[in-house]
Amino acid sequence: MKKKLTTVAFNGTAEQEEKLLAVIAKYRDTEGALMPILQDAQEIYGYLPVEVMRIIARETGFALEEIFGVASFYSQFSLNPKGEVAIAVCLGTACYVKGSGDILNKIVEILGVPADSTSPDGKYSVDATRCIGACGLAPVLTINGEVYGRLVVADVPDILKKYQ
Amino acid sequence: MVRTHVLICGGTGCSSSKSEEIMSVMEAEIAAKGLSDEVKVVKTGCFGLCALGPIMIVYPEGTFYHSVEVSDVAEIVEEHFLKGRPVERKVYHEQNDADVHHATSLSETSFYKKQKRVALRNCGVINPEIIDEYIANDGYQALGKVLTEMTPEQVIDTILASGLRGRGGAGFPTGKKWQLARILVPDADQKFVCCNADEGDPGAFMDRSILEGDPHAVIEAMAIAGYAIGANQGYVYVRAEYPIAIKRLQIAIDQAKEYGLLGDNIFGTGFSFDLKIRFGAGAFVCGEETALMTSIEGNRGEPRPRPPFPAVKGLFGKPTVLNNVETYANIPQIILKGVDWFTSMGTETSKGTKVFALGGKIQNTGLVEVPMGTTLREVIYDIGGGIPNGKKFKAAQTGGPSGGCITAENLDVPIDFENLMAIGSMMGSGGLIVMDEDSCMVDIARFFLEFTVDESCGKCTPCRVGTKRMLELLDKIIEGNGTLEDIDKLEELANYIKSASLCGLGQTAPNPVLSTLRYFRDEYIAHVVDKKCPAGVCKNLMQYKIVEDKCKGCTLCARKCPVNAISGTVKNPHVIDPAKCIKCGVCISSCKFGAIIKE
Repeated sequence: MKKKLTTVAFNGTAEQEEKLLAVIAKYRDTEGALMPILQDAQEIYGYLPVEVMRIIARETGFALEEIFGVASFYSQFSLNPKGEVAIAVCLGTACYVKGSGDILNKIVEILGVPADSTSPDGKYSVDATRCIGACGLAPVLTINGEVYGRLVVADVPDILKKYQ
Repeated sequence: MVRTHVLICGGTGCSSSKSEEIMSVMEAEIAAKGLSDEVKVVKTGCFGLCALGPIMIVYPEGTFYHSVEVSDVAEIVEEHFLKGRPVERKVYHEQNDADVHHATSLSETSFYKKQKRVALRNCGVINPEIIDEYIANDGYQALGKVLTEMTPEQVIDTILASGLRGRGGAGFPTGKKWQLARILVPDADQKFVCCNADEGDPGAFMDRSILEGDPHAVIEAMAIAGYAIGANQGYVYVRAEYPIAIKRLQIAIDQAKEYGLLGDNIFGTGFSFDLKIRFGAGAFVCGEETALMTSIEGNRGEPRPRPPFPAVKGLFGKPTVLNNVETYANIPQIILKGVDWFTSMGTETSKGTKVFALGGKIQNTGLVEVPMGTTLREVIYDIGGGIPNGKKFKAAQTGGPSGGCITAENLDVPIDFENLMAIGSMMGSGGLIVMDEDSCMVDIARFFLEFTVDESCGKCTPCRVGTKRMLELLDKIIEGNGTLEDIDKLEELANYIKSASLCGLGQTAPNPVLSTLRYFRDEYIAHVVDKKCPAGVCKNLMQYKIVEDKCKGCTLCARKCPVNAISGTVKNPHVIDPAKCIKCGVCISSCKFGAIIKE
């Protein structure tokens, strides 16, 4: 999966860094700690900017390249900050067969934010995600974790209105 | 004295339809009516019939409520729990040809009648967050029996004799795997037991449901595996996308430790076993065993060449057994009920049951477990309720991006590992996506290939580059620029990738294309020769047309068209100029007379 580095300026706080250092300390003696550290780091910062990877490199001794290699390999790791309104449309098979592709297109059309990106003002992010396992409700999308299921394209404008 | 138990599904599907809120509102209503001592609300795992969620079953009578909403709760509590009159409009009614009859309990519905629940036996029955409920239903008895009455060799012999095969896809005999991990490196200082819960096949969610509904079964089985191969550390590698499953598994591990069923000196036998959870991070290739282990080690999840096999050199270079969630869920039952019971189900080569996740164009989307050897027709029509809206069955896809399609002519083939291979598909992890006449098979093949292109880890060339070239050929065909030669090229390339890729992902990536070419070659030919998409899916191959007889000349479509491609005068039939039309579909959705068609 191709990933682009973010153009949004990093504005991590000292408090966040403190939390990150605590996480790194917790995993100091764990074998294969890089994945859990990155997962917790993403939890703290919301994404994984290069500045955060530098801190991890400095503290753990992993090479920055190695960390970037892992962060860019897995789709769950985001190198870009998510929008205030984080929209994810499931493109798993069950949802796709039931027309989730059209739903994604409608969202992109209404918001003008291309799939797998964040709007320049940071308000919306639109992602095409892998199966979230709610196949019984297909097609499904989530906005900030709230699940909307059994959708038709005509439902999209009303759902988006709630988050304006 | 509790007289009524209300079981509400707390699985991902029903939680997404607010079942958690329903539960808390219901408890408040029950308390308000002073029934707290008589009516108990139980949060369970998935019942399987996700299409009708949220699902709620009221025992002892077994009244089956479906599509329950928060606004129904007060009425159900007042009418049913207080006055003893079930709220009929929310009770599940089965539609027969002749009459609408009332299904009194869950097990009587046609959705459940043909099922045989082994791996799912506790899902929708117990509260997965309370270990006592699992123990009350024979939980941890198998572990007790293994540790106190059996040698590791006897455990392995039992699993071997049961004929249990891996439920994750490839169908390798589980007992054989355990045996190899036990004997191949006799002087290993450490061994590992791993559980593959990185359910990456889009459309499959049985592993998630088992972890959500019966996490202790997996923990117990992993401890049994640990005893059998001589390992005392286990790892569960679970998708980070499954928050509920992760939470319940963690609760279960903590409770098992508290009860001394995990940890040091289990049952005072000297056997110790500990379990850790590791999160996957959304990489399909990590479902491949060596890639999964590389990922637990903290690296990019790239597969390693085999041999050495994990039984010799697995996680952190130590002998390792890796099984899938559903495989583990069968183990305690085999130990307790015996080999004869297990082998009484299934076919000659495939014993036991298999869980399928029914999805796509099917009435009863959800989770079903049937004995091996059941036909696809029974699964789709008798259990799944057939295709909605009177549409015609076209194909079912099993095995996800690694599998293939099964067509109408093979609906009566008994499902087992060998039979599915023979018809060009595979068991896979059990995702079963049904497609009707509106699905374009070239588009579906492209969908799966796009998935594998995206998920290819990039380590070996055939998979990294080959699948990309295949996708380009498919795009060319879908856009209407394909030639017959492209179809041959596609097939040739597919066979190269199949034989030359490093791991299972690449070796199976061309399957959806090969299988659709085998059964639906005429659809490919229609795309390249006639420049038509028979199912009306591929945009570039469609023409929008106004049916003259139906058009009233209201001018609405002409006004809505963003590119002014529609012309005509008031009260006279309009015409679409195909040269201008961008096929956006606005005209179709705005026409009140159904006068515009795609062909």
